[in-house]
Amino acid sequence: MTGWTPDELMTVNAARALATAKTCFVGIGLPSTAANLARRTIRPDLVLIYESGALGAKPTRLPLSIGDGELAETADAVVSVPEMFNYWLQAGRIDVGFLGAAQLDRHANINTTVVDRGPDRPEGRLPGAGGAPEIAANCGEVLIVLRHSTRNFVDRLDFVTSVGHGSGAGDRERLGLRGRGPVAVITDLGILRPDTGTAELVLTELHPDVTVEQARAATGWPLKTADAIGTTVPPTDAELSALRALKAA
Amino acid sequence: MTDIRTLHDAVAELIHDGDTVAMEGFTHLIPFAAAHEVIRQGITDLTLVRMTPDVIYDQLIGAGLVRKLVFSWGGNPGVGSLHRFRDAVENGWPRPLEVDEHSHAGMANRYVAGASGLPFAVLRGYRGTALPDRTDTVSTVVCPFTGEELAAVAALNPDVTVIHAQRADRDGNVQLWGLTGVQKEAALAAKRVLVTVEELVDRLDSRPGAVVLPHWVVTAVARVPGGAHPSYAAGYSVRDNDFYQAWDPIARDRERFAAWIRENVLTTEGTSLR
Repeated sequence: MTGWTPDELMTVNAARALATAKTCFVGIGLPSTAANLARRTIRPDLVLIYESGALGAKPTRLPLSIGDGELAETADAVVSVPEMFNYWLQAGRIDVGFLGAAQLDRHANINTTVVDRGPDRPEGRLPGAGGAPEIAANCGEVLIVLRHSTRNFVDRLDFVTSVGHGSGAGDRERLGLRGRGPVAVITDLGILRPDTGTAELVLTELHPDVTVEQARAATGWPLKTADAIGTTVPPTDAELSALRALKAA
Repeated sequence: MTDIRTLHDAVAELIHDGDTVAMEGFTHLIPFAAAHEVIRQGITDLTLVRMTPDVIYDQLIGAGLVRKLVFSWGGNPGVGSLHRFRDAVENGWPRPLEVDEHSHAGMANRYVAGASGLPFAVLRGYRGTALPDRTDTVSTVVCPFTGEELAAVAALNPDVTVIHAQRADRDGNVQLWGLTGVQKEAALAAKRVLVTVEELVDRLDSRPGAVVLPHWVVTAVARVPGGAHPSYAAGYSVRDNDFYQAWDPIARDRERFAAWIRENVLTTEGTSLR
């Protein structure tokens, strides 16, 4: 199989990031695609948890919404929404939270609420928080998948909907957030990870044929890079055919 | 015993101008037919409460019946924006829309508090986010045992909660299953409860995992087969994902939206059957 799209690169790498996860709280869209791909490739036993109440969903095709009927029909257990958020998420039972974003800053904080469109225009309305603030706070760790552009990777969020690493290292502890927070941001250009000292996102890997300049140009703050930037392994035939079958089903 | 009514009569008797109304159903079992009856009757100045406003509230907001929205995620799931909701918030069309915005965990717990007869609920949430800056229904409380500061969210007690369920018996005992969302809490938090059902049966067979609302907490039941469309009722229908996608271009355009409501809601007889 030759050739792949930037979105396919991003999704395949996002699925690989779940290689050791046991349980994953899945948002709809790119995170759901990646988590379902992981179940078909490197992590067949991954437990998918959808906020609509499905614990251990095993959909045969990609759901359009987090509440498609197949999620409940294939789940190990179906629970109410208050139970999902209180007993399962808040109590710290879920390893990985997988989120998207509209805006992301250098400390992996997320905005999905409103965007500032200038002094003469009203704020632009986004969908809002949904489950994300508590997913970001309470999962063992967080993965973020997001297309790389200066529109999404911003110097300053217009609104803080969900906390990644706050204003830097130590902030999660100060806020009493129990999980480790974001450990990787997977984009269509490469992978960013928080610096172990400062918690600022650093470019650690690029996808094949992507340059550091491209990543810098698509980031709204002066992007720091790792001393040695790795290259992600190209998608395999098995990964690409599983992904395409999933999207076609 | 619960009143078994037509949808028209149940809506007319239970929902009034200015009411706070929760129409719940987390993607599944969304009571669309009841919302359409509200639009036909022109019941207005509503405060609408719902975790995920979804297309159902996009329609009510676009119809100009909503003064305030209490919610936690306002998108068209898997598709994109709710354009009528955005137009109301951004441009005040067809009227300004006040919002009280939360996280899902916060909204779920607000219903739990309402159902429990408590003034507020406690959760580990909202920390470090800007959400509390824009609402007066989130605060903090200090745990008297550990000293930990936790989020407190005000109870939700709607005037009316409307839900759709698979079945009710002739006494008005209601049974729903599959993804049951926050409906039990939303119903028990409300002063009045209206349930539309796929079918009325003589006897409710027990079903593992089903939620049963006893007849004495349900004010009125109306039989409305297909009353959740384009949402669905597990065991009776599947989610009409094509409709959710088709809604996007309809809702983007004010005139197209108005024409859709005229043709599909206002000129359509209520499908309620006794």
